[in-house]
Amino acid sequence: MDEITKVVRDYIIREYVQEGDDREITETTPLISSGLVDSFSMVSLLRFLEKKYAIHIPDTDATPEAFDTVERIVALVRQFQKTEVGSV
Amino acid sequence: MRTPLSYEELTANFDWHLAERELGYRPGDPINIAWMCSDRICQLDLADKLALLWEDYQGNEKRFTYDDIRILSNTIAQFLLGLGIQPGERVCLFLDRVPELYIGFLGILKMGAVAQPLFSAFGEESLLVRLADAGTSAILTQKKHLYKIRKVRGLLPNLQHVIVVDADSAALWEHETAFAMEQAPRVEHFSAYPTTAESPSVLHYTSGTTGQPKGAQHVHYSIIAQYLTAKWALDLQPDDIYWCNADPGWVTGTSYGIIGPWSNGITQVVLDSGFNAERWYEFIEKYRVTVWYSAPTAIRLLMKEGAEIVRRHDLSSLRHLASVGEPLNPEAVLWSKEVFGKPFHDTFWQTETGCIVIGNLPGMVIKPGSMGKPFPGITATVLDPKSGEPVNRAGVAGLIALRPGWPSQIRGYWNNEAGYRAKFKNGWYLCGDRASIDPDGYFWFMGRDDDVINTGGHLVGPFEIESALLGCPAVAESAVVAKPDAVNMEVVKAYVTLKRGFKPSDNLELEIMNSIRKRLSPLAMPQEIEFVDSLPKTRSGKIVRRILRCKEFNEPVGDLSTIMEE
Repeated sequence: MDEITKVVRDYIIREYVQEGDDREITETTPLISSGLVDSFSMVSLLRFLEKKYAIHIPDTDATPEAFDTVERIVALVRQFQKTEVGSV
Repeated sequence: MRTPLSYEELTANFDWHLAERELGYRPGDPINIAWMCSDRICQLDLADKLALLWEDYQGNEKRFTYDDIRILSNTIAQFLLGLGIQPGERVCLFLDRVPELYIGFLGILKMGAVAQPLFSAFGEESLLVRLADAGTSAILTQKKHLYKIRKVRGLLPNLQHVIVVDADSAALWEHETAFAMEQAPRVEHFSAYPTTAESPSVLHYTSGTTGQPKGAQHVHYSIIAQYLTAKWALDLQPDDIYWCNADPGWVTGTSYGIIGPWSNGITQVVLDSGFNAERWYEFIEKYRVTVWYSAPTAIRLLMKEGAEIVRRHDLSSLRHLASVGEPLNPEAVLWSKEVFGKPFHDTFWQTETGCIVIGNLPGMVIKPGSMGKPFPGITATVLDPKSGEPVNRAGVAGLIALRPGWPSQIRGYWNNEAGYRAKFKNGWYLCGDRASIDPDGYFWFMGRDDDVINTGGHLVGPFEIESALLGCPAVAESAVVAKPDAVNMEVVKAYVTLKRGFKPSDNLELEIMNSIRKRLSPLAMPQEIEFVDSLPKTRSGKIVRRILRCKEFNEPVGDLSTIMEE
């Protein structure tokens, strides 16, 4: 597991998985469609990613679909890391 | 398929007795919502008809006939009586959208107790406030939510029973009881408690500008309005497959996610899943949904996903679309006409009204962006804010007001008579919203008349969030206001001053957001926090939220010279 995947997965487990909820969070576990993270809570996850990786993810890209798994979130982060680097 | 009657035909000689007759109710007789929604439907030879088709996000499916929900609600009612719970006591439903939530609702009402549904995403502080106020005796929940109840149980002396629908006894603590609805011995015969028209039925908590949330108290007679509005405003017909997106933790999920469809003997489908456009369209296609009651926030999220995804699915079963929660913007109405071939019909109502009171009914010409017209039997107007008299001039804004007396009007706020009385002016019930009426009698929403935030169709009170913010170690003072949002109409924004020794930072903002999300709910979490040196206050030191709200909406604040400090 690479560093970004580990950071995102750990953050989701720490902040969104409730005490006593023993479900395993893998890179492909549905987050939004399973109800684990709702569309309101997505904002704090987005804020975490933007702060942690010094990127800006526009609203048009921050969709429930794009946030539905750790795998997709990591892909989104990488996409905007490239954009930020390219824009410098 | 029935052709919808015109608005004029529906309103001519309208009388709520029509619904009483159709439900076989005679004034003065016992009336019990649960019996009406299960036993009565079975007596109409519909025992084998599907009442509930349930699916979770993983695609697991369960099916329940009307006879199943009759027997299972008997089973729950008997179980609650066996615990010693008495009619009139409050029993909370703190569950995700699992079958036990829907059938448990009927079970509670069937034995004469009061159902108190609470949104399962609530954190422990939101839970505590509402259970303490209601003096709740018992709570039905799932093991995933137990930790929140355990945190506050010691502060709730009235809470005698914690009933867990998906756990083994071995995993539970003292005074927690395992109850597996489908494995319990089925109770074939149970005499529904003879509640009467004015017997309390449901307690839904709703937010106001000041103070903690208020318990809106409904009665069993509400079914008269919920039955008829579901039939006429949502156009429910015997062969329909009906999908209501709302969670029964909120009033739409009980009035039109349980009582409305089941009192009409309709098959309803439930998807216990978060939002996912592809999944939603698959669900409609799979179950051939015909009537869909959704919300503007969900519709706008679907719009964001585009039309192409719609074209990949056969959604031709859809016959009638309706929406509730906040005003439906004209673009959404036009978009749905384009992609689904039919418009969403906006409806307006609230926790306190218990049923749709203004709406675009099936036989009406839709004016995109309009709330529609008053439902038959509802007298609605807009009042001049100063005089409290009807405006009586087309296009002039006023306060939306209803003449009291419709069947599902709340009968009070729990333990809060003063709060209830404050909702009335000159013999009118005030909804707390502003609108104008056009020459054709259509209402046009203009905004809230108070500081309550309508986010994604849910009303959130600033006071509860401000109180919770003060529980964050860094926060000295706060003011919570609405901020416009393209998807949710409004979101929560907090202005915060910090205690000495704390400095604004992204980390602190995230920490505060997550704290509120966990302690109250995701809905209450500020989507933005602005750190400021001071908050605008009156001379007496009261924070003036209006100034901050106007700033967010880019509106003029008006003359404040008389209230602001020097």
